[in-house]
Amino acid sequence: MTSYFNEMFQGDAVRSPYARLEDWTRSMPAELRQMKQAEAEALFRRIGITFAVYGEGGDPDRLIPFDMFPRVFTNAEWTRLERGIKQRARALNAFLLDIYGRGEIVRAGRIPARLVYQNEAYEKAVAGIVPPKGVYSHIVGIDLVRTGPDEFFVLEDNCRTPSGVSYMLENREIMMRMFPDLFRENRILPVDGYPELLRRTLASVAPVKCDGEPTVVILTPGHFNSAYYEHSFLADLMGVELVEGQDLFVEGEFVWMRTTEGPKRVDVIYRRIDDAFIDPLCFRPDSMLGVPGLMDVYRSGGVAICSAPGAGVADDKAVYTFVPEMIRFYLGEEPILQNVPTWQCAKPDDCKYVLSHLAELVVKEVHGSGGYGMLVGPKSTPEQVAAFAERIRIDPGNYIAQPTLALSTVPTFVEEGIAPRHVDLRPYCLVGERVELVPGGLTRVALTSGSLVVNSSQGGGVKDTWVLAE
Amino acid sequence: MLSRTADNLYWIARYMERAETMARLLEVGARIALLPSSGHGYRSEWDSLLQASGTANGFAHKYGDPVQRNIESYLFFDRDNVSSVASCLFRARENARIVRTALTTQVWDAINTAYQELRELERTPRSELALSRLTEWTMRHSAMVRGAIDATLLRNDGWDFLNLGYHLERADNTARLMDVKYYVLLPRIEFVGSGLDNYQWTTLLRAMSAHRAFHWAYGGEVTARKIAHFLILNPQCPRSLISCAQGMNDHLDRLARGYGKPTDAQAKARLLLSELVDGSVDAVFDEGMHEFLSRFIIQVAGLAACVHESYLSGDVR
Repeated sequence: MTSYFNEMFQGDAVRSPYARLEDWTRSMPAELRQMKQAEAEALFRRIGITFAVYGEGGDPDRLIPFDMFPRVFTNAEWTRLERGIKQRARALNAFLLDIYGRGEIVRAGRIPARLVYQNEAYEKAVAGIVPPKGVYSHIVGIDLVRTGPDEFFVLEDNCRTPSGVSYMLENREIMMRMFPDLFRENRILPVDGYPELLRRTLASVAPVKCDGEPTVVILTPGHFNSAYYEHSFLADLMGVELVEGQDLFVEGEFVWMRTTEGPKRVDVIYRRIDDAFIDPLCFRPDSMLGVPGLMDVYRSGGVAICSAPGAGVADDKAVYTFVPEMIRFYLGEEPILQNVPTWQCAKPDDCKYVLSHLAELVVKEVHGSGGYGMLVGPKSTPEQVAAFAERIRIDPGNYIAQPTLALSTVPTFVEEGIAPRHVDLRPYCLVGERVELVPGGLTRVALTSGSLVVNSSQGGGVKDTWVLAE
Repeated sequence: MLSRTADNLYWIARYMERAETMARLLEVGARIALLPSSGHGYRSEWDSLLQASGTANGFAHKYGDPVQRNIESYLFFDRDNVSSVASCLFRARENARIVRTALTTQVWDAINTAYQELRELERTPRSELALSRLTEWTMRHSAMVRGAIDATLLRNDGWDFLNLGYHLERADNTARLMDVKYYVLLPRIEFVGSGLDNYQWTTLLRAMSAHRAFHWAYGGEVTARKIAHFLILNPQCPRSLISCAQGMNDHLDRLARGYGKPTDAQAKARLLLSELVDGSVDAVFDEGMHEFLSRFIIQVAGLAACVHESYLSGDVR
């Protein structure tokens, strides 16, 4: 029986960050709790946050369950995490700048050329481009899991357009509305500066041709997209326009948006659509979502695109294994956050090991996301394991495997009362002129007893994440 | 602001107003049909109602004969009918969802609540829904949306586009509602001035929630001339053509001031208004009520096209 790190209880003792929460739960009888839970859900529905986290699909009008029991970090814990996250975000950006430039890391033999240049996500169209401030990935979402008091592992990096940050903000908003006393008793660092930080980050990477205050927009695929709420939420909080491809056009050396007063120049585009769709002249010709000619303007320094096209190669699951190497190579530092040991089925030796240890491993598709197409060995029947082994044998290059991590648990409100449930964490690191991180993130929780899969499409929920002041 | 955003706002207003007019039309029809048939039958009244709402062909194609129950369904619930109350409310809500950032929580809440309740109504057996309940429901929600807009929305260009939508749609709709009366009566010239005539005019006033207001303003007997004056030329009546034209002018002028330049739309709107200011009931009757109203409807459509060109199309230079 694996033992899991419980973030609140060590034996019978309560860990310090959760000290005040024990009284809080005691003072809340079941009826009051149910009332509060219903109130929280009504608030969410009213606000209209009903969207699935990036790439998880599903019904756009579905509500992700919100658990009222917060997840808490001490200031010391967070300080270490913060250093680790920023370090990683810097290294990932250095890597992107390098591989679209001279490719020093490949020349130095620290990462196989094939893995970089043959990668599906490597965008030949942007080779040689240095984006403003040399930043490719402006919002880096790093998925973390915890297995002990000081043991954190990075599960994956999201360098393109990680979503879910509106949940981080709304979870806090709703907790503060419902339990103001908790916020008086605990000194919790605020997260509501995020939209302003994001705006400043985006403005800081305005292209060279921009003179004066840069005009920032968010580019959305449209209101049918499952994350449309988040796009409009962020646009609203930042006070910038939310545009669709049809609202933009290219003329001369610039990108313009169509307004009631005539064309207005756009300097920075925070795009929430994939590379393949942003410019039909450069990428997919059948894309109706993008702006024809956008890439030409980008190349000539007329507009900044965040994240920069091509950033996706850094969050590939096979490239992931080399991130510690990037940190050493570019920053000359030792990684603060560890990677999860990973076997790549593309390598015959690794594949052999994986196939003979399937029952104890987690196997994922290289390009998969959302908890689909994966095998959690210890939680699967022998038949499921056998069936999955067959899939690996057919296409080994499509799979990687990792040991089953003993994800930490946080007390969670469930039908029977309060019970430990497994959690992960996605903080959102902002990279522009400076590297910034608000103290918090999105905690996802597997609501099913014993489940290690936190994705909302697989029955996961979300929690407010607290970082205590010193 | 983004042309697309302005366009969405403008259409929220047009759809909300259109939904309300549909409900008012249904009320006119139902009330006129309550009157004992006076020879020309109830069928032609419903028919004229479909004509006036521009949905006659669609209805005939789907249902054939105008039976009241079917007409009610077609004008209220039917999504195949782009002008039905349900179609209008759904599109108003969809437009609102797209421009959530340009609306206040209160406005969104009002529109979204109407939408959620409509979905409830759709699931309710029709036999449990009296027509009067449906029309009242529609007017209540449209009033709540308008109230939220008035009470909470920033008075910026978005507010002007919303109001422009309301006034344009209302001008068109008032003219069409009056035309229902024309369609009902014209074939039987001998009814003019009869008890039936008066009953129909009164019903029209009721449907415009202007019954009492009319009496306050004019007193005495209900006559076609007084009503025509009230609904076309009286600036005190909130649904009169002249009030709508005034509203369009006010908001277009605000836009021209804010943007520092007028467009063709301002000129067109001023022309429309001046014609009404200089007009008289005699002139309307000389021209013929139907002819006057048809011409007015075409002028309003022309102005709408011009607003689209000048502000909403995205090709503004």
